[in-house]
Amino acid sequence: MPFIPHTEEEVRAMLDAIGESSMEALFDEIPAELRSEGLNRVPPGASEMQVGQEIRQRAAADGQPVCFMGAGAYEHHIPAAVWELTTRGEFYSAYTPYQAEASQGTLQVVYEFQTMMAHLTGMDASNASMYDGASALAEAALMAVRANRKAKSKRILIPESVHPVYRRVVETIVRNQGLELDSLAVDPEGGHVDPAALPEDPGTFAGLVIPQPNYFGVLEEVDALTDWAHAHGGLVIGQVNPTAMAVLTPPGEWGTEGADIACGEGQPLGAPLSSGGPYFGFMTCKQSHVRQLPGRIVGGTIDADERRGYTLTLQAREQHIRRSKATSNICTNQGLLATAATIYLSLMGPDGLERVATASHANTRKLAEALTAIDGVEKVFDRPCFHEVALRTEVPADRLLDALAAEGILGGVALGEDYPELGDAFLVCATEVRTEDQIRAYADAVARILPTLRD
Amino acid sequence: MSNIPADRKYTKSHEWVKTNDDGTLTIGITEHAQELLGDMVFIEVPEEGGTLNAGEDCAVVESVKAASDVYAPVGGEVVEANEGLADSPETVNQDPYGEGWLFRVKPEGEPQDLMDPDAYQALVDSESH
Repeated sequence: MPFIPHTEEEVRAMLDAIGESSMEALFDEIPAELRSEGLNRVPPGASEMQVGQEIRQRAAADGQPVCFMGAGAYEHHIPAAVWELTTRGEFYSAYTPYQAEASQGTLQVVYEFQTMMAHLTGMDASNASMYDGASALAEAALMAVRANRKAKSKRILIPESVHPVYRRVVETIVRNQGLELDSLAVDPEGGHVDPAALPEDPGTFAGLVIPQPNYFGVLEEVDALTDWAHAHGGLVIGQVNPTAMAVLTPPGEWGTEGADIACGEGQPLGAPLSSGGPYFGFMTCKQSHVRQLPGRIVGGTIDADERRGYTLTLQAREQHIRRSKATSNICTNQGLLATAATIYLSLMGPDGLERVATASHANTRKLAEALTAIDGVEKVFDRPCFHEVALRTEVPADRLLDALAAEGILGGVALGEDYPELGDAFLVCATEVRTEDQIRAYADAVARILPTLRD
Repeated sequence: MSNIPADRKYTKSHEWVKTNDDGTLTIGITEHAQELLGDMVFIEVPEEGGTLNAGEDCAVVESVKAASDVYAPVGGEVVEANEGLADSPETVNQDPYGEGWLFRVKPEGEPQDLMDPDAYQALVDSESH
């Protein structure tokens, strides 16, 4: 059965109406070299059973590697109830519903999500989620430019300790909107932005991005950086790991006045690792900036019968009210992931999330200790880390990681491509799901493989 | 019938412009405009010390029904803005010609295309038919 709903008669009628003899003639104008040859490499159709068998075989070929990779996406335990509940028919949609107020249950979930994210980041207000951590940072940069009316600047300072992919996404999204992105150098010893090395006269800027922890897992001196940015008339964007927020000072409490905007990748809160997602971003802010916050916001209210109700609010920010003045084109594509995060957080509770954070930190320390005990492996930076650490080897890092992968160990992410100055460095991460045995097996494998790679 | 004070001039986009003794101009929205928009929920006024171009959208009045831009009837420096409206937007509904003023500018040049009260009355009448 064809999935294109036009019958041959309908196609004929449309071609007649525009005076074309055939589809081929209609597309005649497109140069031959730009046209597809057709789907020549797609094999002939197979039954559902055959396809299922084929896919299972291919999945099995991936094996069940033990993951010590982080770099923005983290393997955490997800209670079975999270996706059991999230995929119920009542929740199973990516979007906030049209005629939103008729779906009070969905709005309440979003409201609870916002409350949790605001609390986690120490902020006053949250939106209903973003696409992912990288695009949330781009939206935060745009928001800082709008919100900082005093600075009248489109300049954003982004340290090189921000995730390289995030920096590229921000560049892609904001470059055609006149924003100027200036980077801040990373201290080679600490792997952080050294407040003492900040320029005395940085010029006018709309906002400073502060990652916590940063891409290297290193903790930044958030208080000093926040106060420095505010002293020079810039707003502060905290780009944070949500799990870390259970144990670290949230952006809302950084420095004397707190950060102005917080954002980050929500994947660690209940979304499984998968290549390319779907993940989701979060974004929160101080009350004074809420009218510059992009995306949907659900508010709590009292209906005519004095009952608690939920409604979309502050919609003048959104594209369906004043298209040309909208803060963003973001809607709620990631509503399902935000629902999962809400259920994850409600099951974990503040104590549970704190245990996840401290266990991940402890495991990463154990891993770093076990690996740096091996001759030829050392830490790249000397500052404290959360649940990720940069290590350097005396052999090519990518060859070491390849050899580990061959043994079913995803040993980390090589840093050489983005930070050639760091040499043969790679990022490792051990969350709460890694066992002592897995950590020991990893260290044993490195100790065994390293000498074979020395020339 | 809307109240249209005789001591000021008006724009087609329903702003009022009053000349002060020191030569500055105070700008707000008319009673007719606030009636059309309904209950105000948020007012964004321009930044004090900023410079406006004539015709520039420089303030936002947001009501339960709509969000509308307010246009600068004349270019110049914003010498004062009614910041208090952020906390009490309803003032624009209650007293659009007095306490509900939006901002004051030191004009550069003469405002163009302003209407006297009679002409504005005619505009309001034509819109209500």
